[in-house]
Amino acid sequence: MQSVIKNAKKYHFLIQQLVTRDIRLKYRRSYMGYIWTLLEPLLTMIVLCFVFSQLKGKSDRLFPLYVLTGKLIYSFFSGATKSAMKAIQTNSAMLRKVNVPKVIYPLTTIFSNFIFFLLSLIVLVGVAVALQAPVSLMALFSIVPILLIFFMSTGIGLILATLEVFFRDMQYLWNVALTLIMYTCAIFYDVSLVIKHGYGWVLRLNPVYMVILLFRQSIIPSSVEPFAWQTLGITAAFSFALFFVGIYVFQKNQDKFIFYV
Amino acid sequence: MEKDVAVKVENVSMTFNLSAEKIDNFKEFVIKRLQGKVQYETFHALKGINLSIKKGERVGILGLNGAGKSTLLKIIAGVMSPTEGTVEHQGDLVPLLELGAGFDKQYTGSENIYLYGAMLGYSKALIDEKYDEIVRFARLKRFMDIPIKNYSSGMRARLGFAIATIMEPDILILDEVLAVGDARFRRKCIRKLKRMFDKGITVLFVSHSIEQVRKVCNRAVLLENGEIVADGDTDTVIDIYQQKLEIDEEE
Repeated sequence: MQSVIKNAKKYHFLIQQLVTRDIRLKYRRSYMGYIWTLLEPLLTMIVLCFVFSQLKGKSDRLFPLYVLTGKLIYSFFSGATKSAMKAIQTNSAMLRKVNVPKVIYPLTTIFSNFIFFLLSLIVLVGVAVALQAPVSLMALFSIVPILLIFFMSTGIGLILATLEVFFRDMQYLWNVALTLIMYTCAIFYDVSLVIKHGYGWVLRLNPVYMVILLFRQSIIPSSVEPFAWQTLGITAAFSFALFFVGIYVFQKNQDKFIFYV
Repeated sequence: MEKDVAVKVENVSMTFNLSAEKIDNFKEFVIKRLQGKVQYETFHALKGINLSIKKGERVGILGLNGAGKSTLLKIIAGVMSPTEGTVEHQGDLVPLLELGAGFDKQYTGSENIYLYGAMLGYSKALIDEKYDEIVRFARLKRFMDIPIKNYSSGMRARLGFAIATIMEPDILILDEVLAVGDARFRRKCIRKLKRMFDKGITVLFVSHSIEQVRKVCNRAVLLENGEIVADGDTDTVIDIYQQKLEIDEEE
């Protein structure tokens, strides 16, 4: 742990440079630039709300918030894991030349994704205000699911980054897995129907859904099932376990990366 | 490690796994595993290398293609860990390997100076201070705001060289870098390196040009099939190398 802090000090300028690069390049050559961070989730939310409220027939006033909470968490998870997976390839030229802790490459891209995610939360605040949602002090609790999804994405991202070095087909497999994860995240449908038909357990197998559930419980408690400590405990344990497994797997294999990039 | 030693290589061996490198997708791996076909064909790039380089020595590393020169430099630079043995060094080490690779192609020249500098372990203050000097040396003032992808390979190499040599390191690793850029820039690089040499830095130099090695180095090491077969003053080792080359040609 001490060496981690020492390294963080020694490499803080490099880490800062790599995060800045990701942030700067993301919207380079785009006309509206960083506004897309807010506009993209907002437009997606409007489309999903329009399509699915038509299907459902009934209109829940807070449905846009329901969609947005799910979409924001899932987007961060998929974006962070995907870019972490490619981090070693992207930086392979650097990897061959200079000796810096390789974990910096996937970590910095997860950081930059996280920064964009935090910025996009502005949309959530805006929509909550516009809908006059009855947000309580419970909203402060949302910091917990936000941290959990960060640790979970980092853990999975590091495992994927390691696997991707050895097996290039990991990215296709992960895209398929992400589709499965997205549909079991209940981003744009009401969970109560799924639970009524006895398939609630399927959703509970999806750790990202659990985070979304915790996030919704803190922001729009009226739209979801009540909070349970058990959910929090399991999700937290799982996130931290993945985080440490990810670091372990990555560190254990990093000396071999250079032969495969 | 003794005080006057800059680089110490002890009993270093490097074994590459040839067959494993060919499998790069999961399907193939699973099938081969099931068939029991993951055979390990190995290649010994380096075998028990011992090398101690004193401060201020400029060591030329000679050898035919595949002798293990670049592998040895990569191990000393720390980008590759050896299968066996240890490598230590004292002082700042700057590797000049594959100049111009490692830039971000979408990033502009000036942004890349900071990114690349950070990679080499420079601080922001240092890069701020030396920025103009880097640009001037690379002669790229007009192109600083253009993405690197629009640079020619010579321009990239110039920028790479300018950034990497702005700080005078204690140990400099050069791998065939003097083969880049036009003749004028090459002379400029050599002048700059000469000035650094005069200050007594330690140099590890790989080149196929015997003349360059003779000019730059005050010690030479000859590698053959991953082993050191000659080590000593430049002229003696070059003679041995040339004899080997002649024998090779006769065959």
